[in-house]
Amino acid sequence: MPLLRFLGLRIASSLFALLIITIIVFLLSHLSGNPVDALLPDDATQEQVDTFIRDWGLDEPLWQQYLTFLKNALQGDFGTSLKWPGQDAMGFVLDRMPATLQLGGLAILISVVIALPLGVAAAVYKGTLIDSGAQTFALLGQSMPNFWLGIILIWVFSVWLGWFPTSGMGTLSHAVLPAIAIAWFQISALARLTRSAMLEVLDAEYIKLARVKGVSETKVVWKHALRNAAVVPLTYFGILAASILTGSVVIETVFSWPGMGWVAIEAIRGRDFPVVQAVIIAYAVIYMLSNLVVDLLYVIIDPRVRHG
Amino acid sequence: MGETTVNPFAKPSLWRRARELPLVPITVLLIVFIIPAFFADFIAPHDPYTPNLRSRLQPPVFFGGTWEFALGTDRLGRDILSRILHGAWYVLAVSMIGIAVGVVVGTTLGLVAGYVRGWFDGLVMRLVDISLALPAMLLALALAAALGASFLSVVIVVGFALWAYFARQVRAEVLLLRNSDFVARSMVAGASHTRILFRHILPNVTNTIVVLATLQVGIAIMLDASLSFLGIGIPRPTPTWGLLVSDGRDFIATDWWISFFPGLAILLTVLSANMLGDWLRDKLDPRQRQI
Repeated sequence: MPLLRFLGLRIASSLFALLIITIIVFLLSHLSGNPVDALLPDDATQEQVDTFIRDWGLDEPLWQQYLTFLKNALQGDFGTSLKWPGQDAMGFVLDRMPATLQLGGLAILISVVIALPLGVAAAVYKGTLIDSGAQTFALLGQSMPNFWLGIILIWVFSVWLGWFPTSGMGTLSHAVLPAIAIAWFQISALARLTRSAMLEVLDAEYIKLARVKGVSETKVVWKHALRNAAVVPLTYFGILAASILTGSVVIETVFSWPGMGWVAIEAIRGRDFPVVQAVIIAYAVIYMLSNLVVDLLYVIIDPRVRHG
Repeated sequence: MGETTVNPFAKPSLWRRARELPLVPITVLLIVFIIPAFFADFIAPHDPYTPNLRSRLQPPVFFGGTWEFALGTDRLGRDILSRILHGAWYVLAVSMIGIAVGVVVGTTLGLVAGYVRGWFDGLVMRLVDISLALPAMLLALALAAALGASFLSVVIVVGFALWAYFARQVRAEVLLLRNSDFVARSMVAGASHTRILFRHILPNVTNTIVVLATLQVGIAIMLDASLSFLGIGIPRPTPTWGLLVSDGRDFIATDWWISFFPGLAILLTVLSANMLGDWLRDKLDPRQRQI
């Protein structure tokens, strides 16, 4: 069963990568000196320190400490927050996760809805003004810092025109500007990929056959060609997930959107290492899962992978 | 007679080569990025650090300001232009050293992995996969939380974000090169493995490395800018460009120039670096061309 083997391998390598991340995160909490300083508030009593050392096995050798850390991590226990007292670190992060996923989902939607038609148009009208316009747009999009774009969007659309709120979360209109700021870079990357994939497919024999048969140009482009060309941009979705994740950290800070990225930056400012650990692991899990979904989609859309 | 023969193998004259250079991106890079990075002390009109409350919040020159503060001043009266010019050095240093780390680590591992193959190759390729699968932002967050942000932590993050691309590309080319005649001949001639790797194989992959490195200047600058914008880059008071944008973000409604011009500097620099990288790729390594 090549398919099951393929998926099994992908899952195994994702888990391996996650394991490496836990090791990095664990070692970093020790690099900073005494982990007690990093993980407990400054005013902790001696009694609290002793309990903490016992609970996390800090008087044991490093590898055993790591196993304790891993065991606790598997149960979602990363300790309690220092900045938001009494909050369970992972629970706090999980509370903020829906906000980040909403924003990321909207960003993906916007990038696909804009990038696919743009890329198709650039390929169909290759060498015309539409094509060079789309290419210029793509080059600009890939060179523009997204946090700066976010600020400019606030300036133009919130302050000048008053169409959208400047920051915070609540209605859909709160999400529009941050989602556009995250999507911007993806639009150019996806449009470029779609364009080159479409150019290749439009040259294929079966497209010529469809045209000779008298299939309408709209149908040739959108049905016959795009369906095959769509596989290439799809492979990009794994990278897309990574850059939306990175984008969310930056853009949530710009728009004070209370998601995981905002929590991460606030936690770093408050030297709240338990929450930072929890955010990093949570991000990594989301990222691995989205990559697995991409692999699955890939198998479903492209029969060559399924039967290869 | 010698004057009329045209040698088809002669290299094009220096002038013709110079005309082929993409002059616009190079000029922009020089003006916005490279000259300021090395000569900010001489060309900056004001001191970038000292507050001057008498000149606070001056607008830029064509928006009601004066030539004295061409791009306006911030809330502490510091000249925006001078701060951008002085920041260029740090942006340049971080991106160049970060890329250098990525090139050295990635190339060395890729060379050796492709040459010796076996378990070492397997290990390096696994590390490449993991590194490509890990968004650099996560490492940046962890480093900033554990060690505090510094010049070193930013360089580590940039190097970490880039090394795997070099390792993967170099290894792929070494796998092809190691079977070629010239490698077999140097072996017969008694060259050591080190000599074969670094004197015979390495020169054949330098084009690839140069192209990749140029294409990554934009990525490195953008990463550095994002980190300093978030406050997990080089700490204050160093006027890195991301930090300058972040300085003005709460005042965009009234004093837009504080954020606008530093961001424009990032945009222009990354844009020209990307255009230069694309051009170089088409020139040196057309196989990598995507579109």
